[in-house]
Amino acid sequence: MARDMSDKEILKMELDQLKLEVNTPRTAVSTTAPEIIAFVEGKSAEDPLIKGVPEDKNPFKEKGGCIIT
Amino acid sequence: MCDQTFLAITFGPCDNCSQNKPLMNIYLKNEPINYCSLCVELMACQGLAKGETTNTLKAESESLKAKLEEERAKLHDVELHQVAEKIDALGQFVMKTRRTLKGHGNKVLCMDWCRDKRRIVSSSQDGKVIVWDAYTTNKEHAVTMPCTWVMACAYAPSGCAVACGGLDNKCSVYPLSLDKNENLAAKKKSVAMHTNYLSSCSFTNSDMQILTSSGDGTCALWDVESGQLLQSFHGHSADVLSLDLAPSETGNTFVSGGCDKKANVWDMRSGQNVQSFETHESDINNVKYYPSGDAFATGSDDATCRLYDLRADREVAIYSKDSIIFGASSVDFSLSGRLLFAGYNDYTINVWDVLKGTRVAILFGHENRVSTVRVSPDGTAFCSGSWDNTLRIWA
Repeated sequence: MARDMSDKEILKMELDQLKLEVNTPRTAVSTTAPEIIAFVEGKSAEDPLIKGVPEDKNPFKEKGGCIIT
Repeated sequence: MCDQTFLAITFGPCDNCSQNKPLMNIYLKNEPINYCSLCVELMACQGLAKGETTNTLKAESESLKAKLEEERAKLHDVELHQVAEKIDALGQFVMKTRRTLKGHGNKVLCMDWCRDKRRIVSSSQDGKVIVWDAYTTNKEHAVTMPCTWVMACAYAPSGCAVACGGLDNKCSVYPLSLDKNENLAAKKKSVAMHTNYLSSCSFTNSDMQILTSSGDGTCALWDVESGQLLQSFHGHSADVLSLDLAPSETGNTFVSGGCDKKANVWDMRSGQNVQSFETHESDINNVKYYPSGDAFATGSDDATCRLYDLRADREVAIYSKDSIIFGASSVDFSLSGRLLFAGYNDYTINVWDVLKGTRVAILFGHENRVSTVRVSPDGTAFCSGSWDNTLRIWA
């Protein structure tokens, strides 16, 4: 595990990882940012924490008095 | 607790070079050896290839990191909040504590929602794991673990079991039964075994597999039925504090964050670390995938939360303020991903607008640090657990 490895072994592990990562395919932020925004806009309409939930439908809103059944 | 180690120095002829020097008393395969420090160094270096020293490895590592930064910077042509300027700002937020769940005798360390949107499991420092009904605040089940500091708990997707673990280095699964009188501890099944504390656990899409992360620096995937290790993930150089699975539609990956300030994205099938991000300045306490699966957020002891985009392979937003100096212990997104809820060690919960990077609300109420924040599966409320022994449901 990480604690049992010597500094040199940890450095070797990091080095191998970096070699892999330099070659990962990437997309520009100008492409991905609008996509994230579009996703959020699409789902915001249905997000209960943003649009709010009417009192009678929300199970967590305070109940009135005691209900004896 | 302090460990005081006393090093006794002996002086005499070295076993290797026969010079009279201060000797280091070390043991090789249980045999005591008296080498001088020079010979010990030479011996340690034999494990490396010719010409490699710590310095050359470090230099190569630094140059690769610089190259990586260069590659990433090429694609950083615009900031997220700039693109988000044309969106409407969010309205005023009115979120209050709707329920307070009292019953734990000590700090609440972790909690998880059940998929039925109503039940919650929470674990605390005193070893108790409690299953609550959030609508009525009733306790449905309680289990006492044999260890303290139960730092991880998770609800199974079916709602029929809970997994938990902590200082016992194991992850145990307890099947929940409808019979209140049944002794849950008797049915416990030990699934994971690590060599250090369990920091986080999560079921995959079924009740059959569990993913765990541990203070020993590794994450592991286990089969619940047999307790067998299916895959292990090595790559962190310090304790791993948190993990999160990608939302089911987007594939078999998960993200983990740890004390080495790195957040790593892993492929579950191959065990390979596919992406790594190191921009935080301190331990990463919590990681959470964005609802779309293309990004993830992290909360860290450096008092910031950051958003990393997986396809652009870089950090795209930082959520911080000069007035926030305490670390963020836990983060979660609202259903649409527009809001980021973050619990901090200064007893507050800050709500951030993910796209614009601004704070929309601060929630007060807890009387000690907030250790965990989770939004319910249908997004109608979120629950926070704190070191003040209570859990609060906000809506």
